[in-house]
Amino acid sequence: MSDGDVLVANHVLDYPYARSVGPVLGAFFTALSEGRIVGVEGSDGAVIVPPTEYDPLTGEDVGELRDVGPGGVVTAWSWQVAPGRKHHLDHPFAWALVRLDGATTAMLHVVDAGDPGAMATGMRVTARFRPPAERRGHVLDLEAFVPEPDGGGR
Amino acid sequence: MSAPARRPVAVVSFAQARNVRREASRNEVELLMPVVSEVFAAIGASKDDMGFICSGSTDYLVGGPFSFVTALDAVGVWPPRAESHVEMDGAFALYEAWVLMQEGAIDAALVYSFGRSSPGDVTEILALQLDPYVTAPLWPSPVALAALQAQALIDAGEATEEELAEVAARNRSAARANPNAQVVSDASPEELLADEYVVAPLRRHALPPITDGAAAIVLAAGEKAREWRERPAWITGIDHRIETHALGCRDLTRSPSTALAAERAGLFEGPPVDLAEVHAPFAHQELIVRRALELGDAVTVNPSGGALAANPVMSAGLIRIGEAAARIWAAESERAVAHATSGPCLQQNLVCVLDASDGAVVGGGA
Repeated sequence: MSDGDVLVANHVLDYPYARSVGPVLGAFFTALSEGRIVGVEGSDGAVIVPPTEYDPLTGEDVGELRDVGPGGVVTAWSWQVAPGRKHHLDHPFAWALVRLDGATTAMLHVVDAGDPGAMATGMRVTARFRPPAERRGHVLDLEAFVPEPDGGGR
Repeated sequence: MSAPARRPVAVVSFAQARNVRREASRNEVELLMPVVSEVFAAIGASKDDMGFICSGSTDYLVGGPFSFVTALDAVGVWPPRAESHVEMDGAFALYEAWVLMQEGAIDAALVYSFGRSSPGDVTEILALQLDPYVTAPLWPSPVALAALQAQALIDAGEATEEELAEVAARNRSAARANPNAQVVSDASPEELLADEYVVAPLRRHALPPITDGAAAIVLAAGEKAREWRERPAWITGIDHRIETHALGCRDLTRSPSTALAAERAGLFEGPPVDLAEVHAPFAHQELIVRRALELGDAVTVNPSGGALAANPVMSAGLIRIGEAAARIWAAESERAVAHATSGPCLQQNLVCVLDASDGAVVGGGA
């Protein structure tokens, strides 16, 4: 059978239910909708961002929520040369692990830096939120990080 | 370290489909059937000899639930048989079978795995294995995340883009001797560095190919193993460990889960291995795994070409065990280590130590 003879059928896999994200991620998403970022106290005074319901390294219970950011430091990055169809930015951008001010761990997000030459490990970035009317309590309410002026990018 | 004595269990047969970019005409069952036939025929065994069947695959590639049940038709399970499945690479299915065989009730098991990456977009599918709330909505591909890891390694001064090209060149050159390899090349590292970036700092050559494939292994215990294979590849230790799914909580330049699994599998006890088959889909990951396994320069690494030469999702790890075992059967290796990985940036790792002597089956593992 040649490739042209292959039968094709559409199949939609759908989960028609809603799920609560719980007290910790719920607080994180609520904060994002208000233009803030929160983490949670983990073991040994660490502040975990995004917050988790347990310390991901020790498994212990976490403590209080803490405000972090909106600025932070890039601890690792890569450059998406061509955005894919699922990406929320329509132009090249950086993937980055960003350790927000006040946080111990880094969070994965994107840096809308325009050019890979603007990126460097150790550079400072700050959060760019969507306009309030467009926020919906979602990780993409934080649209992207952007380089801070004179923040150490190349 | 004291641990209970292990029941000697060996890898005695191995077969794999020829790895291809697109298996267009055969479905998963049709892809598996000749592989299962071959893995039995090589040792004169049949499904009736198998006390257990365990498979590794993912419904996300097929796009339908419980696809692994259909795949059992490749074996034929009438009368009913003891069977299990993991939504993971077949190497982890092999671990389950090995654990069951330690109980002593069965003497042989079939392990198989399969996956066709070509019908969908495997980079999008694998994004779905990430945290669904804070990570997956960004749709980072495995390439994007591996590139973060590579950049972290470069920033730490532990790799250069030239070294990544050297890893790719060596694996794809070695793959010339592998009739099942998908991507073979004699291109020099210098030539490879002319490749475009896919996600910087990873160029095309540092990425695994997209592969459709399947593989199968027969495990046998004690005398059964000797009956089927003159020089069985005895599993002296096998272990797997996982790291947190919170990427920002990990040191991406290290693989502590690989190192721990290796320790628990007894890799660092006894004589050093002479051969390693490591499952490093991205070139820089071979450097990280080599360090975690403490492989010296004398160790032959990936004579098959590894995952850079063929990366059938859900089978590439099981194939590492099969390739390493085949070299012990052929007396090309006395002691070998096989490694399999799962998840983003080497999140979960399995280490399997194989030896030509069952006298080496001791406490390794816990």
